[in-house]
Amino acid sequence: MTATDAAVRRRDDSAVLRISEDDGERLEAESNASDTSMIMNMGPQHPSTHGVLRLMLEMEGETVMRSKPVIGYLHTGMEKTAETLTYLQGPTNVTRMDYASPLFSELAFSMATEALLGLEVPPRAVWIRMLMCELNRISSHLLFQATNGMDIGAVSMMIYGWREREEALRLLETITGLRMNHNFIRPGGVAADLPDGWRDEVLTLIDALPARLNEFDTLLTGQPIYRERLQGVGVINTAECLALGVTGPILRSTGYAWDLRRDMPYLAYDQMDFDVVVGTYGDCFDRYAIRLNEIRESIRILAQILDQMPTGDYRVQDKKVTPPPRARIDESMEALIHHFKIFTEGFKVPAGEVYAAVESPRGELGCYMVSDGSAVPYRMHIRGPSFVNLQTLPHMMQGGMVADAVAIISSVDPIMGEVDR
Amino acid sequence: MNDSVLHVPRDQLTETVAGLRDEGYVSVLDVTAVDYLEHPGRTDLPPEVSPERFELVVTLISHAAPGRVRLRVQVPADDPTVATLFDLYPGTEALEREVADMFGIVFEGHPDPSRILMPPDWEGHPLRKDFSVGQIPVQFKATQ
Amino acid sequence: MKLPLVGDPKAIVDQGLEGVDHNFVTGKLEDLVKWSRARSCWPATFGLACCAIEMMATGGAHYDLARYGMEVFRASPRQADLMIVAGRVSQKMAPILRRIYDQMMEPKWVISMGVCASSGGMFNNYAIVQGVDQIVPVDVYAPGCPPGPETLMHAILTLHDKITSGEITRRRDETGAGANLTVDQRDGQSSTGVVIRT
Repeated sequence: MTATDAAVRRRDDSAVLRISEDDGERLEAESNASDTSMIMNMGPQHPSTHGVLRLMLEMEGETVMRSKPVIGYLHTGMEKTAETLTYLQGPTNVTRMDYASPLFSELAFSMATEALLGLEVPPRAVWIRMLMCELNRISSHLLFQATNGMDIGAVSMMIYGWREREEALRLLETITGLRMNHNFIRPGGVAADLPDGWRDEVLTLIDALPARLNEFDTLLTGQPIYRERLQGVGVINTAECLALGVTGPILRSTGYAWDLRRDMPYLAYDQMDFDVVVGTYGDCFDRYAIRLNEIRESIRILAQILDQMPTGDYRVQDKKVTPPPRARIDESMEALIHHFKIFTEGFKVPAGEVYAAVESPRGELGCYMVSDGSAVPYRMHIRGPSFVNLQTLPHMMQGGMVADAVAIISSVDPIMGEVDR
Repeated sequence: MNDSVLHVPRDQLTETVAGLRDEGYVSVLDVTAVDYLEHPGRTDLPPEVSPERFELVVTLISHAAPGRVRLRVQVPADDPTVATLFDLYPGTEALEREVADMFGIVFEGHPDPSRILMPPDWEGHPLRKDFSVGQIPVQFKATQ
Repeated sequence: MKLPLVGDPKAIVDQGLEGVDHNFVTGKLEDLVKWSRARSCWPATFGLACCAIEMMATGGAHYDLARYGMEVFRASPRQADLMIVAGRVSQKMAPILRRIYDQMMEPKWVISMGVCASSGGMFNNYAIVQGVDQIVPVDVYAPGCPPGPETLMHAILTLHDKITSGEITRRRDETGAGANLTVDQRDGQSSTGVVIRT
């Protein structure tokens, strides 16, 4: 088969249903019992669609033939709003995109801004960022375990997943002051230094978690019903993943080891010793197992961060981007003016364009930023991994049961805030 | 972040991407656009590229020799059309739909050129610079 | 029969249904109805954005919404009394939100959870409805971005109080509008006592 033939085949004989929303609704209303196939709408208000995803499924009996994810029900206009916010306000905006792992969006935004500014972030800030990201990866994957269990019908897993996540959130709250939408990683460093006693709290968490992950194993991994529900469901291969631009656990579940932390290191991940978890079959069970084991890898990384956390500044000492310390504002008029100007006018960023990417729990999260030399970004675009990963749904669902569709959506772990932005 | 940047003429985009695919660029990571309406005097273009209002930005990644390449394509405002990359990388389908929705750039040969984020009957393209943010003034008052 | 001693819980004998024979409570039927409405308030799952995660956390093990008879999040609006609008409402979602509200059975209540649902929050732009009260009548506004589980529970308990007292249902009958209560944010703050503004 030539490349052109393959292209033609992809267009006509595809798993993707390409009809408009209106046609979908009309066909759903018109279909009757004698039709061989019918259109079924699922969502946007549906308990297993992780928010507001809508699916149009073409069904033959119980079997899904073609399908189309319909998105945009949470479109927030964040990329437009970003053009009105200064670079210091920017993280407040992007943190609300991927609300299960907000720190990664902040990190990508900050890294893009720093690349434009040509800033070097002090070592302690780099390591604090890494610490926060790994904590966030743990809480995000725990959220996946909870919602995945709930979608499959293992409702007790939801209770356990939330219990563990609450511990991770408590730690994040101690450090950043908020449970979610932290706005902690900012251009130039982080918002605050780690509080007293942070080391003990992190240790408490990473000491307690492994035993609880083993409980997950007992509850789910070896459980025949759970395996039956996930194994061999939603299979996708490496070639399809790469063609669709898929990253993260879905790509790794096909046995393809690609993790930006290892392959294109940022922060100080090149000094970390950890394994990239890969699957074998590319099915829902592999994706579940990868996320579970990535929590264990994150715990390994956290232990190394605890040992090697350097001392020093938690933000860059560059007067242009860093507000003066709080105590100086009380003594010095210049410091007060400086503080005021940074927070009202912002700082100017040299003109240029840049793309910075990090490995979020869902895949490559990139930030493309264009500056025109003023204090607000001229254009800010987030490449959300969930948005691209959603395109795998029709390919995974084709030929499966409608009940499997729920398992497949769950295994993709889309966060609609990041899909629709 | 040391991505290489290529400035590609609009009519050579498909060939260039096909060539990059053969060189080992396995995935298209991102397709987006910028509306340079309010920033016309940009200086980061090489002399042989004449700036246009829209710029299409395509990011590809190579895994074998880890690295990204960013293609910048100038798209004029009076004829905002580009050939689709769908036949080379089907993963660009949703990304191109988003650009079409947000900027009104038409991708010729795209299999599903419908709006993706905005409602189907929406008028205008929100991320164009002449589309207003749509802010309504906020009235602050004390609660009774 | 011998009455149990006052103040000695061990002495109270559980007689099951037989106990009903010689015990009765007087009251108005209306009070019973209001009491039972408040204590089996089933929320519809209307998770939209960040707030939905906190709403699910409220139902999770640590905060345990089941204490208030509220853990049964119903996927079908036909079975739900309370709609917790958790997150930003986009222009595309607004008609669907209204449709789901219309499908719910009377009497029904709406909690607007978080600033995005209440006023559009920081997203004052073309895509977001600037306050869900433009679409459905809101009874309780819970502030925060997102409101923590404590704030959500505070909003829910405030609503329960108002249902028990019958205030909300009376107002709904008269004007068709929501109660427009605002509660204080309770999470992560020192306790200052409940302040309810009507």
